[in-house]
Amino acid sequence: MTTTNHSLKIEHLSVSIADQRILKDINLTIPGRKITCIIGPSGCGKSTFLKSLNRMHDENPDARVSGRILLNNNDIYDRDMDVTGIRKTMGLLAQHPCPLPMSVFDNVAYGPRIHGTARKKDIAGVVEHHLKLAGLWDEVMNKLHTPASKLSLGQQQRLCLARGLATGPEYILGDEATSSLDPISTKKIEELFIRLKEEYTIILVTHILRQARRLADYVVFMYLGEIIEAGPADSFFTDPQRQLTKDYIAGSFS
Amino acid sequence: MEAASALIFGLLLFILAIIVWKGMPALSWDMITEIPGSGFYLGREGGILNAIAGSLYLILCSLALSIIISVPLVMYINFHISGKSGIAWIVRFSFDILLGIPSIVYGAFGFALMIFLGMRASLGGGIITVAMLITPIMMRSFDEVARILPRELPDTLLSLGSTRYEMSKVIMKQIFPGFITAVLLSAGRGIGDAATVLFTAGYTDNLPGSLSQPAATLPLAVFFQLGSPVQEVQDRAYASALILTVLILLLSLAARYFSSRISKNRL
Amino acid sequence: MRIMTIPGIFLLAAAGLVLFIKAFPVLKDNGLWKLLSSGSWKPSAGEFGFLPFIVSTLWVSAIAILIALPLSILSSIYLSSYASETIRRIFRPVIDLLSGIPPVIYGVWGTLTIVPFIAGNIAPALGSGSSGYSILAGGIVLAVMIIPLLTGLLAEIFRSIPSGMTEASLSLGATRWQTVKRVMLRRAFPGIAAVTVMALSRALGETMAVLMVCGNRIGIPKSAIDAGYPLPALIANNYGEMLSVPGYESALMFAALVLFAIVFFFSGISRIILNRLEKRFQY
Repeated sequence: MTTTNHSLKIEHLSVSIADQRILKDINLTIPGRKITCIIGPSGCGKSTFLKSLNRMHDENPDARVSGRILLNNNDIYDRDMDVTGIRKTMGLLAQHPCPLPMSVFDNVAYGPRIHGTARKKDIAGVVEHHLKLAGLWDEVMNKLHTPASKLSLGQQQRLCLARGLATGPEYILGDEATSSLDPISTKKIEELFIRLKEEYTIILVTHILRQARRLADYVVFMYLGEIIEAGPADSFFTDPQRQLTKDYIAGSFS
Repeated sequence: MEAASALIFGLLLFILAIIVWKGMPALSWDMITEIPGSGFYLGREGGILNAIAGSLYLILCSLALSIIISVPLVMYINFHISGKSGIAWIVRFSFDILLGIPSIVYGAFGFALMIFLGMRASLGGGIITVAMLITPIMMRSFDEVARILPRELPDTLLSLGSTRYEMSKVIMKQIFPGFITAVLLSAGRGIGDAATVLFTAGYTDNLPGSLSQPAATLPLAVFFQLGSPVQEVQDRAYASALILTVLILLLSLAARYFSSRISKNRL
Repeated sequence: MRIMTIPGIFLLAAAGLVLFIKAFPVLKDNGLWKLLSSGSWKPSAGEFGFLPFIVSTLWVSAIAILIALPLSILSSIYLSSYASETIRRIFRPVIDLLSGIPPVIYGVWGTLTIVPFIAGNIAPALGSGSSGYSILAGGIVLAVMIIPLLTGLLAEIFRSIPSGMTEASLSLGATRWQTVKRVMLRRAFPGIAAVTVMALSRALGETMAVLMVCGNRIGIPKSAIDAGYPLPALIANNYGEMLSVPGYESALMFAALVLFAIVFFFSGISRIILNRLEKRFQY
């Protein structure tokens, strides 16, 4: 997995849901093996953007997507593309932790099992590896077979991360992934992201500026469905080019 | 999955088609305007007005009885005590169980009760038994509507100085379409049920005269005529089935109409 | 006003009590176990063995559930998570209409279609004769009757599954079908169980439709195309007519009491499960 070149390019992406244009002509190149933070006030289309990256809009009959998203130079919206393969590559970490109705172990084993990527006798090892990767192993090693819903919220979110990682993605999409967590759990997840960017390309949607400052290598600022400004974190925060960006960073609106 | 759904859809059409196809030929104006004449059960002239009238009398009186019981009850558990209290739970639970009790058991119970009271098979006995059958249906479906009213509404009304009685009136207005739906649902169920009236209401070729005399009912008219060896009588059973089905479909459509108005009317 | 809470509980208790009092003579003479396990039904000799009727009832209900449950699960999943809004809007009244059709109409339909089909096609295919009035006919008609009940309630249960859960599965690259199989069915299992028990108790007590197509011959049915005689049909056919035979009325009341007890138990259980689900998943 480390051999792929992690190239993700978005060209003229527009999304409308129920005839309402949510995203307007988005053009963006996501740097590989970095953390890209997408910031902006709520309702600006951040989550919609994230969802178009793993084609979750397919599940909504009211959604219309146009434009191209090039993953290693292949358009993921191409008719020949296998949607489950794309979703496997793009691991999504949702806003609220959402364990599947099964045990801790089965949650992590879910992806490898449905994709048949691990042999039966290897599953236990795969589960352990990814629980360790998500920093959860020590806490759950003795309750692998209890229902996942019994874990604390913070643990559930790390479980969802482990579950996503076990599926074997190259990208991690985080949709406000820490917004329903307490500060300590948030810190744990953030530390994980920083460790994981060695191997994965991470795209985080957040409306917490401080989180973007802590994590981002690259920042995208969206407003009303458009990209206002995008650039490396250092220059973005110290020297924003557009007035709207300056106002947002200064906190005059949110 | 599509196939399973299509099959269910097809079943409805199939059932309706069969009933219409078999029922239409024997259906005539006489069927619904005449009571059975002499030799009706040998295939001669007459109709099933006795059963139509009997069913209507029966269901109207049962509905009245059932409304008297369920409306105050629903009001009480939803607005006078908290809808989530223990009493409310016990009431709902017992009505849920009553809801599941087979109509034949109500029939047997009603008949046993009538013997105990010295009553014979009669319109009155049928009314009481059918009321037992439909009260749980009415109570529970009405309750479902009452439950989703904003909890603050009663308090708001009370704080405006309404009495509990006035409050109930305002609330009743809010949930009226839901109430009508509940009534129509129970009417459909009550009018179509044969097992409850089999022993309790009896059967007669005359129009129902008084509460203490037996009364004919539509489902039993279908059932008895179908058992006849005479072809004409069997055909009339199908026609009777068609009449009953049309009646039920009308009730069902009316219920849908009113339940679609619940959402429009709601706070 | 509090007095209004009495009828429900009272009616439940009264029904149970009256049936028990009425059934007591036959219970005292024969003993519970003998009534339930004996196959000998000779009312004039005072022998009331309910086994043939109980077996028929179980057969008919089991067939009905076996046919109705898979169909209902599939179509309710389709309706709650695949179908477009238009299809849903067409389908809901269909389910309502189907569940509103009275048993006697299902009975007429059954005698016109299922019974001749069994006599003319299924029985010859199995190499045996049958009038068509059989356990199988009862089971099929009953299945058609409980499908709307099951489908309506199940669709409700599937709709209550949080969309985040199915989305989580989909975003891991699971297909729709994998999500249905591994997540939705699993999550909905207690609900499916409760609803099934509820439908089963409806099936056990259904009278007229079954009475009209089952053949009503006393004896333990040997195969599905044999005639059977379910408990409710026994009550309906004989009550009020055979009261001159000593003990007969009491025996029929016992049959009603058995139905009452089974339904009380079953719907009690399914209600408790459903209430618990409702509480647990309300947030």
